[in-house]
Amino acid sequence: MKFMEKLSRRRFLKSGLAATAAATVIKNTDSKASGNFEGYPDGMGVLVDLTRCVGCRSCEAACNKEQGLPEPEKPFNDFSVFDELHHGQKRRTDETAYTVVNRFDMPDFDHPIFKKFQCNHCNEPACLTSCFVNAYTKTPEGAVIYNADVCVGCRTCMIACPFYVPTFKYSSAFSPRIMKCIFCYDTRLKLGKAPACVEVCPQEALSFGKRSDCISMGRQRIRQNPGKYVDHIYGEHEVGGTSWMYISSVDFDKVGMDTTLPKEPILNSVKDFLAIVPMVLTIWPALFTGFHLLATLKDKVMEMEMEEKRKEKEGQA
Amino acid sequence: MRPRTRKPGTTLLCVGSILFLSLTAPALAIDAPETINIDVMSKFYGPVTFDHAMHVDYASCEECHHHTTGEIVADPNCARCHTHHDAKTVVSCSKCHVADRFNQEYISKLEDPELYHLDKPGLKGAYHLNCVSCHVTTSGPTGCVDCHALTEAGEKLYRTGAFTPETKTASGKEH
Repeated sequence: MKFMEKLSRRRFLKSGLAATAAATVIKNTDSKASGNFEGYPDGMGVLVDLTRCVGCRSCEAACNKEQGLPEPEKPFNDFSVFDELHHGQKRRTDETAYTVVNRFDMPDFDHPIFKKFQCNHCNEPACLTSCFVNAYTKTPEGAVIYNADVCVGCRTCMIACPFYVPTFKYSSAFSPRIMKCIFCYDTRLKLGKAPACVEVCPQEALSFGKRSDCISMGRQRIRQNPGKYVDHIYGEHEVGGTSWMYISSVDFDKVGMDTTLPKEPILNSVKDFLAIVPMVLTIWPALFTGFHLLATLKDKVMEMEMEEKRKEKEGQA
Repeated sequence: MRPRTRKPGTTLLCVGSILFLSLTAPALAIDAPETINIDVMSKFYGPVTFDHAMHVDYASCEECHHHTTGEIVADPNCARCHTHHDAKTVVSCSKCHVADRFNQEYISKLEDPELYHLDKPGLKGAYHLNCVSCHVTTSGPTGCVDCHALTEAGEKLYRTGAFTPETKTASGKEH
């Protein structure tokens, strides 16, 4: 009996470890392959030229109309919003605005820099990979869209996003809804049309085209205007590449953009850990139940033996 | 056979058109219109009556028309190809800069590997990029409504004028 117990425990542990190793190896090869996704070849993109933006806020107005967003507090031609600070920060996207323009005063320049901001529509979006109900989709056209029907309101996407883009509609917490730019997917992009903000921009600070052509455009603009631009297209490689990209005359960190982001998708930073999660969920319960059963087996055997002895005694009596 | 008599109306028209032409073209010593009504894109903003005659004093032809008027282009990048170009028969902006810059057909044209001008702005972009940048340096008007008035559709889009949002009470703000 004792021999049997030892053997079975050893065998159990051995097979458990083998399964764990196998799961790790399989999971790793899977996730490595998905980390190399460089976006759909014919995906569309937008090149944002910060040197061209004059801060007219037309994009904000067009977005509000196109997406049927609530009435703003101030008219869209009210430029006092550029002086607003919310909790010490410049304006950001929220449930009432999918895009905002902010003004950055440049001490070295005689004019400020304006920066429009919205969802950058990553090639490999962190919001999508973090969502456990698959509420997000990266469409072949390039948009990262969102399905409110399956959303449970966990807001993991808000934490996962390296650009802090998705926002939660706190006014409808019981039917959870994430609010973010969807590249005008339903009304325009799907039909091959440019998003509303691009169409309305008077300065053509926003150029719409195939993502690959947007990169060519940006390269040509940088090359043909020596000294005008920083030699970098923000979003070409950041977090695995984004559909919306930026060129600027000032360093990107001076206009509130994170220049410390990795070139790899956010998923690559967490996939090794994430690969363990299903393993933990599937193997651990069985493993530890087994441990428990084995550990308590001796007690049970003793109990049974005691019972038998008691019965024997009763029989003798 | 009808007698070859001229009606007084026809004479008046002839004189009128000669007078009109003499007033517009030769006054600048160039074959250019005095004013241009830019109205192709007037949706949110009304049309602009562009005083061409006045702007001739501020800029040379090539600064706005590039190589099309026959002038030598100053931009060294353009001059690589466009040094000895004769004046084109049509020099209007919309000849090269399309109003609908981001339609699918135009975007697909950009894939031509032979195409050099893949970053040519659309008509609206061309106007604003050229006009506003010069207005900044020459202290010309730079505000949106300094050049073109908002239409009713524009007021509605920008939620201004008759469509200004009502000032919300403290409780109206959701946060």
